[in-house]
Amino acid sequence: MWRSSASFILDKHLNNKPISITHSIDSPPPPSASMADENPNPNPISAYYETRAAHHGIVTSEWLEQAQAAVQRYPDRENSVSPVSGSPFSVIEEFNSWRQQPDLAEAVAAIRALAAVIRASEATTMMELEIELKKASDTLKAWDTTSISLTAGCDLFMRYVTRTSALEFEDFNSAKSRVLGRAEKFGEISCKARRVIAILSQDFIFDGCTILVHGFSRVVFEILKTSAQNKKLFRVLCTEGRPDKTGVLLAKELAKLDIPVKLLIDSAVAYSMDEVDMVFVGADGVVESGGIINMMGTYQIALVAHSMNKPVYVAAESYKFARLYPLDQKDLEPALRPNDFNVPVPPKVEVERSARDYTPPQYLTLLFTDLGVLTPSVVSDELIQLYL
Amino acid sequence: MESRRNPRAVVDPKVRQVGFFTSSQPDSSSTQQQQQQTDPIPASASSPPVSTISPSGNSLSPVMIPPPRLNSSDTFPLRGAAAGASSAVSPSSFSYSNRRDFPDGSTTASPGRHSRGSFVKSSTPVASSLPGIGMDSMAAAKSSSVPASGLTTVSVATMPPGLAEKASGMEVQSDQKKNSKPLKEKTTKAERRAIQEAQRAAKAAAKADGGKVPPGTSASVASTSVKVAKPAKPSTQKNEVSVAAGVTEKKGGPSEKDRKKDAPHPRMQYDDESRVVKAKRRAVVKQTEAKNRVELFRHLPQYEHGTQLPDLETKFFQLDPMHPAVYKVGLQYLSGDISGGNARCIAMLQAFQEVVKDYSTPPEKNLNRDMTAKISSYVSFLIECRPLSISMGNAIRFVKNRIAKLPITLSESEAKAALQSDIERFINDKIIGADMVIVKHAVTKIRDGDVLLTYGSPTAVEMILLHAHELKKKFRVLVVDSRPKLEGQLLLRRLIKRGISCTYTHINAISYIMHEVTKVFLGASSVLSNGTVYSRVGTACVAMVASAFRVPVLVCCEAYKFHERVQLDSICSNELGDPNAISKVHGREDINYLDGLTNNANLQFLNLMYDATPSDYISMIITDYGMVPPTSVPVIVREYQKEHLLV
Repeated sequence: MWRSSASFILDKHLNNKPISITHSIDSPPPPSASMADENPNPNPISAYYETRAAHHGIVTSEWLEQAQAAVQRYPDRENSVSPVSGSPFSVIEEFNSWRQQPDLAEAVAAIRALAAVIRASEATTMMELEIELKKASDTLKAWDTTSISLTAGCDLFMRYVTRTSALEFEDFNSAKSRVLGRAEKFGEISCKARRVIAILSQDFIFDGCTILVHGFSRVVFEILKTSAQNKKLFRVLCTEGRPDKTGVLLAKELAKLDIPVKLLIDSAVAYSMDEVDMVFVGADGVVESGGIINMMGTYQIALVAHSMNKPVYVAAESYKFARLYPLDQKDLEPALRPNDFNVPVPPKVEVERSARDYTPPQYLTLLFTDLGVLTPSVVSDELIQLYL
Repeated sequence: MESRRNPRAVVDPKVRQVGFFTSSQPDSSSTQQQQQQTDPIPASASSPPVSTISPSGNSLSPVMIPPPRLNSSDTFPLRGAAAGASSAVSPSSFSYSNRRDFPDGSTTASPGRHSRGSFVKSSTPVASSLPGIGMDSMAAAKSSSVPASGLTTVSVATMPPGLAEKASGMEVQSDQKKNSKPLKEKTTKAERRAIQEAQRAAKAAAKADGGKVPPGTSASVASTSVKVAKPAKPSTQKNEVSVAAGVTEKKGGPSEKDRKKDAPHPRMQYDDESRVVKAKRRAVVKQTEAKNRVELFRHLPQYEHGTQLPDLETKFFQLDPMHPAVYKVGLQYLSGDISGGNARCIAMLQAFQEVVKDYSTPPEKNLNRDMTAKISSYVSFLIECRPLSISMGNAIRFVKNRIAKLPITLSESEAKAALQSDIERFINDKIIGADMVIVKHAVTKIRDGDVLLTYGSPTAVEMILLHAHELKKKFRVLVVDSRPKLEGQLLLRRLIKRGISCTYTHINAISYIMHEVTKVFLGASSVLSNGTVYSRVGTACVAMVASAFRVPVLVCCEAYKFHERVQLDSICSNELGDPNAISKVHGREDINYLDGLTNNANLQFLNLMYDATPSDYISMIITDYGMVPPTSVPVIVREYQKEHLLV
């Protein structure tokens, strides 16, 4: 799967022009007091969506620049700093410290954290190391069961790292360094993924098109930004993205890039669908059927687009591919989040608090991933090849 | 070849026509066509009524060439064996009816037990009642040169068709040795050489102890087929045919290759008559062809059930190279005692294990080659008993592959042990183990409060339901069933015994009942690489209704049943069941509307066994490789077959 990664496109692209903002920030920012260890019991509120909300609260370009500038001061920290061997090493802590980086996807943070586990490991045999890694990944997964990309990222990492000839090395240290190398490479690929997707998607955005987006997906944002940088002329319709108003945020960011943008309320999707040329959505997870799990509202947008014969494009990094197969909307681990309606909810009234829905593959046109542009049915192909 | 095809073109104008028009007018265009091909025959000779008048009309004709034809009367001689066995017909048919009752009364998973007992009982008298035939044929087998000579001489003799018929009938009814001896005397030089060749070949074959029909039987079949051809032809043609037959016979002596070549292909087109006849000549099981078949399905074999069993039982003595375990399994297929994809496959593999155990390489033979040939001959026997399922085809491919890949350095005992353990492993990993994994996956999809619908009696689904019940999940089961097999009742019985709350209905009520269903679990005979699910007939209907009601359809199928073939409909590959099963309602004597109409040319019965469900109606396929969408079947096939070769 990773072997066939389309990241070579990125490499080629990099030679041509420098990218203004690099996404691989190689060092964790110092743990802050505010980000205290969360309770490993995230229910009833999904930690994943809390983090997303927190990030969206702060992800503005100014903030990013500041953060980047702050990080640039310690460019080589990662190599020198290994977790202090005396203190007990915690994956969760490591993961959380990585996670605070607003532009780092949760899965990548997990991958980084697991790589740190390998580094910190005092195991003396490969088996021990593997067991340790497995334990760490299980802890991570248990920490937030609602996050699909976290689970998928951990699983993929485990496959990628352990499925290697390194295990046949006689010398443990060389094997370990090999595994570590793979881990680093995996993290790197994951970091590049967004750029690759942005470049792959450029062929699909034509001048004068109108794009409907839903929610704040960092990949979609990257795509739109790249298109704008490529001097493409297009218009964006942003849904509002209740309840956390992520659409408003995206609209704000796009407006800064001088992209014409229009904000809709979520219920106006069907109304404005006939002026839309394509729909772009991100994904929290891509499941085995080729469908996606994404922010609430994606399914209905896909339905509307499908009925009006508009293409629905999904932008998702391949570490979001999960071995899940929901049959219907209810066949998922519920990810809840608080939902205030800005008005007091009358007593005896139930509130739907689910944060995400499942869009079946037949409503999706194409998936833009770092493995290339895929039809939904190929997702399962990739997953089978990886896991079997 | 051509000369052989000619008379068959004369065959059956009637049924072919009936498939399309309902007019009862006896064909004009088709006969004309045929007349062009075989002009010497008067139209009256080719008229279909012959077959109904002929003694084989009353369902005893053992020949399975498609329906009403001129030849059927001529093939009468073949009845020798069948007629001899006719005394045994009644006991065996009793055992059938026993079995039919049986599902209701049975409590265990294997309905075979009961009836097998009765079957054995009936079989002994048959065997004892017919010592003559067995002996005769043995004798015929010993003097294998005889049939060849009989063959040639018969063809040389020019007789008017009517006479020939009579003569040949008499010949066969009297035993074969006698019929061929007097004719032996007037052989020409070339014929004598042919005889010699055949003798030599027969000796070689006997030495090889190869798994094929003794030359005697095959030769006799061949000779009758020539006789069949004869009356329809002018004498010049006859000679050619006889020579050709003699030649094939000559070649057929050492016949491993021949046997393999002629073995009915799993997907043989039964409306390709030359092929059918070829296959027939080799056939061990003489199935009775149903007469009126639906036009679209004429390429499939359709048999009348219930007449072959005694015939086969008597044959047991002629088939010395057939391993008893294989023979037993074949008979069980034939009688329907073993049904269900997994059960059939396991039975076959276990029989092969026995074969391997009792195998010893003949001198100057290679184990790999000889065993493969042997397995092939057994397989063709099994195909004659009942068409192979795709899963069995895959299993056979596995076995043959294993045999071929045996290192040459292994000693015989080592090789045998390796093979046996390979087969054992296949059974355990690919079938039983796969079911466990499927159950594990599928149970995750069952939630409290579910209403699960299943159709028929798929074993995997049954295991899933029982396991989910053990896990204390609260769900209800809707068992949908259909005539004539009513397999659902067996499932129902077992589910209720475990205390699962069930509803039982027939497929007619499917659209009414579907609205309360939350998930549909189906089994499959095979999954093809375009995602089409090939399963018990009715499955497609259930899946379509479910998808119309937006109910997810989950198909449970072990990966060894996947096949890279693509199939778009259920016509080109299917199996036809006993037409009587749908014309009669068992236990309801008052429903007799079709009595006496079974041989009516205007009435055709279509008892399909399988149908193809398009992948659009399937939400998920649960295999031992996890839960996959129907679109990824090719991926599994690819990966699996890679592994398949490596295993």
